[in-house]
Amino acid sequence: MIDKTTLWIVIIALGIGSFFLRFVFTGLVGSRAMPDWLLRHLRYTAVAILPALVAPQVIWPQATGGETEPARLAAACVTLLVGLLSKNVIAAILSGAFTLYGLLYLLG
Amino acid sequence: MATTTAKSTYLKGIVDSSPFILVIIPFASLFGLVATEAGLSVIETLTFSIVVIAGAAQFTALQLMQEQAPTLVVIISSLAVNLRMAMYSAALTPYIGAAPLWQRALAAYLTVDQSYVVSVAEYERRPEMSIPMRMAYFFGVVTPIVPLWYGFTFVGAYLGAWFPDGWALDFAIPITFLAMIAPMFRTLAHVVAALVAVVVSLLAAGIPYSLGLMVAGIVGMMAGAQTELWQERKRGRAE
Repeated sequence: MIDKTTLWIVIIALGIGSFFLRFVFTGLVGSRAMPDWLLRHLRYTAVAILPALVAPQVIWPQATGGETEPARLAAACVTLLVGLLSKNVIAAILSGAFTLYGLLYLLG
Repeated sequence: MATTTAKSTYLKGIVDSSPFILVIIPFASLFGLVATEAGLSVIETLTFSIVVIAGAAQFTALQLMQEQAPTLVVIISSLAVNLRMAMYSAALTPYIGAAPLWQRALAAYLTVDQSYVVSVAEYERRPEMSIPMRMAYFFGVVTPIVPLWYGFTFVGAYLGAWFPDGWALDFAIPITFLAMIAPMFRTLAHVVAALVAVVVSLLAAGIPYSLGLMVAGIVGMMAGAQTELWQERKRGRAE
């Protein structure tokens, strides 16, 4: 269960932090130039953080107590594959969900 | 066109971003559904979407809170996912940096993936646009997007209250993220950044307080930046 105090601290901090990130250049920096090395690293934040967040959950899902599980593993592979081929987020989510529930039903 | 008015520019913004409606509706509903399944009330879920308006960061925070990660780790990880907003802000600055402060502040709050992508494309296509035209266009672009983000978060949360347990919704967040990652693999550097981050996150899974995620993220970013530099040098030599 998510603690209510934690939840509200997170919502408020994320709200302020996200606004700051969105306002930092348009609002504060104006037209001054940014260092190249910083921009070069910022380009890869999302593409590094999101896979790092997902990988352990795919290999060791919480719902199975950390046991690697074929339906979830297959669903993850299908989602990524459909996403790569179609570049369509919704199509990828639907294929992944279909694979997950299909296999859970068949294997269940 | 000399006769272009602020109103027609605003309407063009609405038309240009309307294809994203098909993406926003299911995505916002999914967040509402997953959040209420994680134990959030409808009001808490809706507040989350209104205050933060950033799907990936909201899903990240939800996942880490469910894992009982320390509050500071939840905040830093989610903001790291949102760092691309700073990139968008930087990219928009040359076009709207001279607008009045209140307009820039409002535009900052409304800076999301779609408003950035659609607006910058139009600004590049039509360099003759005046600042008020650019702002009118930007606000047009967000008009079909942001209200639907709020509205369908509410719908998803409302439905989630009746949703049966045991539907393997634990895996909704990983699947959503994997689907979002795929279109990001634009260059070799993006792929390297992701692969390195995955390997480090698996090796570092034992590090307490979910700090392995931070380490994996930073190492992945460095790998991406280095790959980009390496490719630039290689191109430089080839010329």
